[in-house]
Amino acid sequence: MKYTVNEQGYYGDFGGAYIPEMLYPNIEELRQQYLSIINDTAFKAEFDALLKDYVGRPSPLYLAKRLSEKYGANIYLKREDLNHTGSHKINNAIGQILLAQRLGKKRIIAETGAGQHGVATATVCALKGIECVVYMGEIDMERQAPNVARMKMLGAKVVPATSGSKTLKDATNEAMRDWINNPVDTHYIIGSVVGPYPYPEMVAKFQSIISLETKKQLLEQTGKELPDYALACVGGGSNAMGMFYHFLDDESVKLVAVEAAGKGVDSGHSAATSVLGREGVLHGSRTILMQTDDGQVVEPYSISAGLDYPGIGPQHAHLHKVKRAEYVSITDDEALNAGLLLSQLEGIIPAIESAHAFAYLEKMTFKPTDNVVICLSGRGDKDLDTYIKHFGY
Amino acid sequence: MIFLTMNRELTTMNRLNQLFNTKNKNLLSVYFTAGYPELNSTVSIAEALEKAGVDFLEIGFPYSDPVADGPTIQHSSQVALDNGMNLNLLFEQLAELRSKVSIPVLLMGYVNPMVQYGVERFCQKAAEVGVDGVIVPDLPMYEYEMLYKDVFAKHGISNIFLVTPQTSEDRIRKIDGLSNSFVYLLSSASITGKALQLNNEVDTYFGRIKAMQLKNPTVVGFGIGDNAAFTKACEYNNGAIVGSAFVKYLGSRKDYLEGINDFVKGLRG
Repeated sequence: MKYTVNEQGYYGDFGGAYIPEMLYPNIEELRQQYLSIINDTAFKAEFDALLKDYVGRPSPLYLAKRLSEKYGANIYLKREDLNHTGSHKINNAIGQILLAQRLGKKRIIAETGAGQHGVATATVCALKGIECVVYMGEIDMERQAPNVARMKMLGAKVVPATSGSKTLKDATNEAMRDWINNPVDTHYIIGSVVGPYPYPEMVAKFQSIISLETKKQLLEQTGKELPDYALACVGGGSNAMGMFYHFLDDESVKLVAVEAAGKGVDSGHSAATSVLGREGVLHGSRTILMQTDDGQVVEPYSISAGLDYPGIGPQHAHLHKVKRAEYVSITDDEALNAGLLLSQLEGIIPAIESAHAFAYLEKMTFKPTDNVVICLSGRGDKDLDTYIKHFGY
Repeated sequence: MIFLTMNRELTTMNRLNQLFNTKNKNLLSVYFTAGYPELNSTVSIAEALEKAGVDFLEIGFPYSDPVADGPTIQHSSQVALDNGMNLNLLFEQLAELRSKVSIPVLLMGYVNPMVQYGVERFCQKAAEVGVDGVIVPDLPMYEYEMLYKDVFAKHGISNIFLVTPQTSEDRIRKIDGLSNSFVYLLSSASITGKALQLNNEVDTYFGRIKAMQLKNPTVVGFGIGDNAAFTKACEYNNGAIVGSAFVKYLGSRKDYLEGINDFVKGLRG
């Protein structure tokens, strides 16, 4: 596959492992072992069994009839919102906890923004009886208090990141510092397709179950395994990578990645990395990131905490550069309206992250025969307060 | 062209190499963050350190997301950025510094600001203002060799690599081969600002490295904050670098220039 990673961990110009020497043994251990571990028959069997019986996979592929009528195409929703813990994040967390066990690790650390990845990680740690520490920006802990409580109830320790802007990027820095200080017994479960190689590839593989199932389900429902379009929202980009993964080499499938424009791409309050970012190095990989002329990382903005990240994964940076996928953006208001529309047309309240992907349907033109798949990456329960405040219910 | 490049490398490398040639024991280097505690304190701190008998300087260029650093240096970086420090200004300060200070100067910082500035432009400018080497913790060997080695060599800037207690012997040999000034030994595998534990493990680690008889001198950093740690490091190595302890000192009093001499004396014992 020409869009996948090379032996040195690069996707075209992007990727690699820009890590301090202190992390080299950890990353090297992962690089040398993760493929043989995840390709092992016993690993696969346990992974598949947990996805089926614990997560509830395969997640349905649902033909949204009223939405399809509105937009004049056949629109299929990949229901990651129905997974245990309410989003696609659990797919990766299950994969990585099984990997950590096989690496003999006794302690898990993770970073989280909105708390979805933190909850997924706390969940799998409870499942396996492994100590769990989640780093979360002090400001995010206030904004997402219910998820903090969920993590604590699941037995995790939540540590506030008080440096820098006190949000997701700082939580990621703190997790990396923890890993530097605890190199032997600890595994770091990164929640998106970001970080030093092999993380972007590993997380993408665990999330690729999304497109693997989609292909099979489309074939059953339509007689064709390839859609005309695949859409997903992008923060770091893990649900999008999962949705694109098995379609990358099928160039007839148009891939659309939807970023958060926040209050507008040019408003100074945005997370539209592909427009506002430039090439550089963030959290261990060469990618596109939002930064000042002097190379300082800029704090992004989006109403959805899950898309509020100053970079995108290196594979996304590559797909953007070689134009294999189209990167577009949607404002807060457009996303909230799309969330309301989906609620009232289909009876599904989506996470505001996922609502960004739905909002882009407004801007597309379809042929009536087009098959469109959208990754409904998470459910909206966690966002009810935001929806309520906006619409005044 | 090749002759010119090599010649330039030799002349600019002289300050660090000369130092190691004339003095190979108890070398003391001190780290501070440019633009901290005040935007324009860089030159006066450097002068005071030279006067106090420090052998070479390590000056940090601040970054918003310094993952290898503990709270003290993170804080100094944030204050420096808030003060308005950036690479253009730093190079201006360094040009002035070079007219007043003659000991070797190393820059320490993260790769993204260098990439934005342009790595070639960075090396050219650094050479111009009399910088002798750089330490970039998040620029690993593979990426350095593949992308930047030639650029560094062209401008005679030495790239200094870190070695931790977990670094394998093969890798240490490779690092030694790629280095042309000294190898930076981390006292432990941790972020900056965690005090060195004076125990048998440290002796074993330092002893193991010494027995490898590297072609480059070794200097210890991270966790060196007092005379006991400095002495222990120098027992096995050519010198040591003090960072967080000095940055903490700078933040502790308004007349920070006045006490620098005593601070350095305290380290030397």
